[in-house]
Amino acid sequence: MDWFVFLVAAAACLAGALGVILASHPVHSALMLVLTLFGVAVLFVAQEAHFLAAVQVIVYAGAIVVLFLFVIMLLGVDRTENVRAERLRGQRPIAYLAGAGVIAGIFLLARTAWVSGAESVAGAADGPGSNVGKVARSLFTRHLLAFEMTSVLLVIAVVGAVVLARHSPSGGVHGSEES
Amino acid sequence: MSVPGAWYLGLAAMLFTIGGVGLLIRRNVLIMFMCVELMLNAVNLTFVTYARMLNDIGGQVVVFFVLVVAAAEVVVGLAIIVSIFRRRSDATADDISLLRG
Amino acid sequence: MVHAVWLIPALPLAGFLILLATGRRLGDPKAGYLATAMMAGSFLVSVGVWFDLMGMAGEDRRFEQDLFTWIAAGGLDVGVGFLVDPLSVTMALFVTGVGTLIHLYSVGYMHGDERYPTFFVYLNLFAFAMLMLVLANSFLLTFLGWEGVGACSYFLISFWFERPSAATAGKKAFVTNRVGDFGFMLAMFLIFATFGSLNYVPVLEGASTLTRGTATAIALLLFVGAVGKSAQLPLYVWLPDAMEGPTPVSALIHAATMVTAGVFLMVRVNPILDMAPGALTLIATIGALTAFFAATIACAQNDIKKVLAYSTVSQLGYMFLAVGSGAYIAAIFHMVTHAFFKALLFLGAGSVIHGMRDEQDMKRMGALRKWLPITSATFIIGWLAIAGVPPFSGFWSKDDILLGAWEKNRALWFIGLVTALMTAYYMSRQVFLVFYGGERWKQAHAKSESEAEAKPEHEPAAAGGHAGAHGDFKPHESPSTMTFPLIVLAVLAAVAGILKTPLEHWLEPVLAHPHHFASSNSTKLGLIAVTTTAALAGLGIAYAIWLRGRVKESAMEPEPLRRAWYVDELYQRIVEAPGRALANFSAFVVDAKIIDGTVNGVGALVRAGGSRLRGVQSGFVRSYALAVAVGAVAILAYAVARTS
Repeated sequence: MDWFVFLVAAAACLAGALGVILASHPVHSALMLVLTLFGVAVLFVAQEAHFLAAVQVIVYAGAIVVLFLFVIMLLGVDRTENVRAERLRGQRPIAYLAGAGVIAGIFLLARTAWVSGAESVAGAADGPGSNVGKVARSLFTRHLLAFEMTSVLLVIAVVGAVVLARHSPSGGVHGSEES
Repeated sequence: MSVPGAWYLGLAAMLFTIGGVGLLIRRNVLIMFMCVELMLNAVNLTFVTYARMLNDIGGQVVVFFVLVVAAAEVVVGLAIIVSIFRRRSDATADDISLLRG
Repeated sequence: MVHAVWLIPALPLAGFLILLATGRRLGDPKAGYLATAMMAGSFLVSVGVWFDLMGMAGEDRRFEQDLFTWIAAGGLDVGVGFLVDPLSVTMALFVTGVGTLIHLYSVGYMHGDERYPTFFVYLNLFAFAMLMLVLANSFLLTFLGWEGVGACSYFLISFWFERPSAATAGKKAFVTNRVGDFGFMLAMFLIFATFGSLNYVPVLEGASTLTRGTATAIALLLFVGAVGKSAQLPLYVWLPDAMEGPTPVSALIHAATMVTAGVFLMVRVNPILDMAPGALTLIATIGALTAFFAATIACAQNDIKKVLAYSTVSQLGYMFLAVGSGAYIAAIFHMVTHAFFKALLFLGAGSVIHGMRDEQDMKRMGALRKWLPITSATFIIGWLAIAGVPPFSGFWSKDDILLGAWEKNRALWFIGLVTALMTAYYMSRQVFLVFYGGERWKQAHAKSESEAEAKPEHEPAAAGGHAGAHGDFKPHESPSTMTFPLIVLAVLAAVAGILKTPLEHWLEPVLAHPHHFASSNSTKLGLIAVTTTAALAGLGIAYAIWLRGRVKESAMEPEPLRRAWYVDELYQRIVEAPGRALANFSAFVVDAKIIDGTVNGVGALVRAGGSRLRGVQSGFVRSYALAVAVGAVAILAYAVARTS
């Protein structure tokens, strides 16, 4: 049963990933990305990370991809890109080679060093209790500072986004940023 | 019978590679951004796998933070893209070459 | 007094330094008198040293004074010091004596010249260098003076450097001298390698230990230096051109002092020469041939100074003939008498030039006896001396040389005899053309009114050149600062013959093997008779041609003689042209193309490399990303390699 779930989810992830990079229309790419995200969420559930699976679907697939689609529509960059043509010489072959190299490297490394970390540093993932509870307990005690900092980060991001995307009335900063 | 962690890690590696190659190949800025998200997802998958393999909740907490930061990054990045490519509709990454030496 | 020997070169050196600083302020004529006073002081000290030396016993007549160490490097230890012995004192006496007279003459001759003080700066510097040369106690110190007089010769020959011919002549003199100096330096290396020291005393006292080969090598190398400095074949070519300098320069440097440095050197190293008979023969041969060769050229020259220049080369040849025959004292004796009468002749020629308003062509002179009485009287005495007419000094010294040549080699004697005849001939020709005959300058000046004025070989107006008054041109006698030295030198040239026997005794300690003429008295008398007859014959032939017009003049002046056997042209072809080709090659190919090309090429290479590398900065973000990816792959590969 586990294997079946895994294989289906894995197939969905890979199909989605390939779709992202091969589709010529940006909206198609975004939809393929959603497929990948769902596949990853299923894999999260299979690994007992229920909370994260939910967050993944809500935040990633629900908010971020929607944001992507908004921008696609806003900028009108919805025209298909000529996927065949490549302006930079050697970009494609070297990119494929690099990709192959990375895969080969990872798998070669995998033969020797698989797991080398220490067990249960931040608390057990197994055992009784809900996953949400365990995550929350760790988050609000051990990693409280990081938590607060990420909230500050979010505020900064919001402020930055507002400032950056604004039409300034005199056309000052943003006008000159256009290139 | 549970799937060994190795398979998950292999899958994550492939996702990561596909995302990286896509980033190098595509010219459309938004699609490049999406490839970055692919890579981040692969990393998330790896962390969760290790959380299970090492029986450590810390892996899942890291994923939480990665998610938050990815969200913030997407927000600011898209704002920048919007401000740069506001006028032009067919702009690609190749058009921003002012740093040419 | 002998301890004051350092004053002898020090006084002219002080004069040089003082005039260098204040000469321009002192001006004409004070600067000249100061220089003359320094020379006179030097002469007086020389006389004092001479008396002191005479007070010593005959064999020990030698005094060495060390001032300070100049070079102390490893095995080489050379100090600045002076060697006072009969030879150096003799040289010092006539260098300072004749030098003083010429300094005095120059006060009048150079009056009115723009760079009057500079002239005396150079003259005093020259005197210093020459005195260092003769008084030195080591080869290296002599070489210092040797080079110094060469440099001063260059300065003084090209004194009027605005004239291109003068500048060229100065360069020619210096470069030709350098060829000879090369031989001197090699000789010094060999001497040091053999003896471990460069001081005269140890080297000359140890000369008897030399092998024949080493002695010959040293002798020949030193002779190469002498050939350059004393204008023998084949390095004589600078001396005729050196006449571009002012006449006092010609008198002092190119008649009495600098050119005799070579003979002095040969006599100084006579112990070494005695160990190398082959070298001696070569020296005598070259001397004789030079004497003959130069005399032939002098027979056909029209410039009053050029005749005297070739005559100097010829007389120097006689001195080397004496050296090569082993008659060292005869060489020194002739050097002294030659200094007197040749300086007299040159100064007299200067007086004539001055009185003829810078005319130097003898064909445009004539009958000047009437207008320049003192000059002509003294000049005639000098003429008789050089021609070898008894009882004047030249007769005695030349005769000694021919006697030595007779004992060495009959062929060399014969060449010397024929040269004596030619000497009498060309000097008589000169006297008859200048002082006797018709007043050719009258027609010459009438003609030259329509001709261009500037004749490049003439010396610029020394004193009050009236360029315009041709109609009433009259030659005039020179002022007393010029005629007084003439008179003194004439007296010396006349009576210096009495020095013959005293000089022989005086200079004996200097010789390693005392030289005695082996011929019988009857042989000596016979030779004297033959020589005198030759001299009178030369005189008579000149009289017949130039005063009586018996033979056509142009027959006696064929083209090859007038063009000095085309030697200058030959040197130009075989030395100058290849040298210039090499210089052009070095400048335009090696330097411009290869060296500059390499340097520029490096720059071009860097620039090309830079612009290639610039291509990496394409501005395309995707290329940068690709580079990052490739780098990541590389690090991954490294990690893989490390673990496996």
